[in-house]
Amino acid sequence: MTSRDLRVIAEQAARASYGRLLALLVSRSRDIAASEDALSEAFVSALRRWPVDGVPGNPDAWLLTAARNNLKDLLRHQTVVDASAFGLALRQDELAPEAPSFPDDRLKLLFVCAHPAIDPGVRTPLMLQTVLGLDAKRIGSAFLVAPATMGQRLVRAKAKIKTAGLRFELPAQEDMPARLDDVLGAIYAAYGTSWDAVAGADLGCVDLVEEAMFLGRLLVALLPNEPEAHGLLALMLYCEARRPARRGTDGAFIPLKRQDPRLWSTHLIIEAERELTRAAASGVFGRYQCEAAIQSVHIQRPITGRTNHEALSTLYGLLAARCPTVGAYVAQAAAMVEAGAASEALAVLGGLSADQVNDYQPYWVTLANVHRALGAKDAMTQALKRAIGLTEDPAVRDFLARILTEEGVREIDSP
Amino acid sequence: MHAMQYMLLLNEPGDEFAKRNDPEQAGAYWGGWNAFIGAMAQAGIIVKGDGLEGPHTATTVRIRDGKRLVQDGPFADTKEQLGGYFVIEVPDLDAALEWAARAPSAASASVEVRPVMPPKAPPGA
Repeated sequence: MTSRDLRVIAEQAARASYGRLLALLVSRSRDIAASEDALSEAFVSALRRWPVDGVPGNPDAWLLTAARNNLKDLLRHQTVVDASAFGLALRQDELAPEAPSFPDDRLKLLFVCAHPAIDPGVRTPLMLQTVLGLDAKRIGSAFLVAPATMGQRLVRAKAKIKTAGLRFELPAQEDMPARLDDVLGAIYAAYGTSWDAVAGADLGCVDLVEEAMFLGRLLVALLPNEPEAHGLLALMLYCEARRPARRGTDGAFIPLKRQDPRLWSTHLIIEAERELTRAAASGVFGRYQCEAAIQSVHIQRPITGRTNHEALSTLYGLLAARCPTVGAYVAQAAAMVEAGAASEALAVLGGLSADQVNDYQPYWVTLANVHRALGAKDAMTQALKRAIGLTEDPAVRDFLARILTEEGVREIDSP
Repeated sequence: MHAMQYMLLLNEPGDEFAKRNDPEQAGAYWGGWNAFIGAMAQAGIIVKGDGLEGPHTATTVRIRDGKRLVQDGPFADTKEQLGGYFVIEVPDLDAALEWAARAPSAASASVEVRPVMPPKAPPGA
């Protein structure tokens, strides 16, 4: 084996094992920063030693032992008196360092990252860093934050977890729904489309798709009986399935109803349907399941030859009633226009306050579409201009601008 | 399992302070606090704690340019004022937050929860 092959093996081990090993170190020490340092030092040693000594039979066990020794050294140098308690815990645990399988503490790690005592804005970055080992630079660019700023936020959050003594255990049964909601929200945020952006689900930034899917699958594997975990994974899979159809060969934005279904990924759709079926079997309403069901309706178009706008209106109505967010109301209105109920859609939009929609692009796209359906051309133009001014994605901006410049009344597609 | 100490800073709004000496409301006010404190005592988690006299009894001192500035009133004139504190010993922040949520002032104002600094070893130890 060449040293390059060994490097690849080490990197693959890093990807597959990083979060698992870190979670085990943190569960003992409660110190994420020190555990990260200890683990990365262990990876560096592996890169140095394995090419010489050969790859150990159980690479994870090797890494864990090395990281634990590093962590003990690190904690020994800390001046906090009760570091000795952590040291003892580590020594006891080391009685079985060569055990063939380690417990998977990553779920506890996810719950700590999305703890209510942690600033919501840093929960997703914290997950990406601890579970997947992403660096602050990569995370910062995905969230449009300077790497140094992101680094500081992560350091502060880790310090809070350690100093304030957050619980590194699964939440009690009665707290589970609320706590799980925070975890789901943080994973969905990694996908790049916040809950509020539901009407614009095709517009989100997509930098961390692979990572978000990994977290979604991990959560399903670790909590197989939570319907909303399946619901979230189904939702992300449906969105992913349509990704290849979302842009033209020239990079132009293609709205859902103009997409070529032959470009949709069949195997992702099958996986999504399977997850949604698992979720629905519980018979408990959940917003991610509901959103996934909405995606499922869209996916039926090539099979039935039409989009079932009545079903969409019903699902969005349910969503807005149970989770009354701006995004849900706007999406409901968008579905109503398509179902031929433009006046009702206008009433739904009219119920939102100015400060809720001032900077919410999907509202203005939908409002323009409502005015078009009602034949109010001036009002449509005005709303469209607002939408263009709020659009981040150049391809979407071009798409909207083309509608504006075209004479006559052209149908606007809500994404 | 090592335990940690947290201070619960119990903030109260003006109308809650007023209840302390109002013959009609004092019974319910103190009843609520006594039940909360009693439950903490039963659980054996209290390290120490006290109620404080109202903000109208507060005096604030500052040294500025070597001069002593003594001022009538609390350090900040806010709606919520410190009405008391407890230091409790529990396993983690989550447990401390559960206790904080049971304090009567969590509903009327707020409870701030802070970890107590652990003792530092002498340098070089």
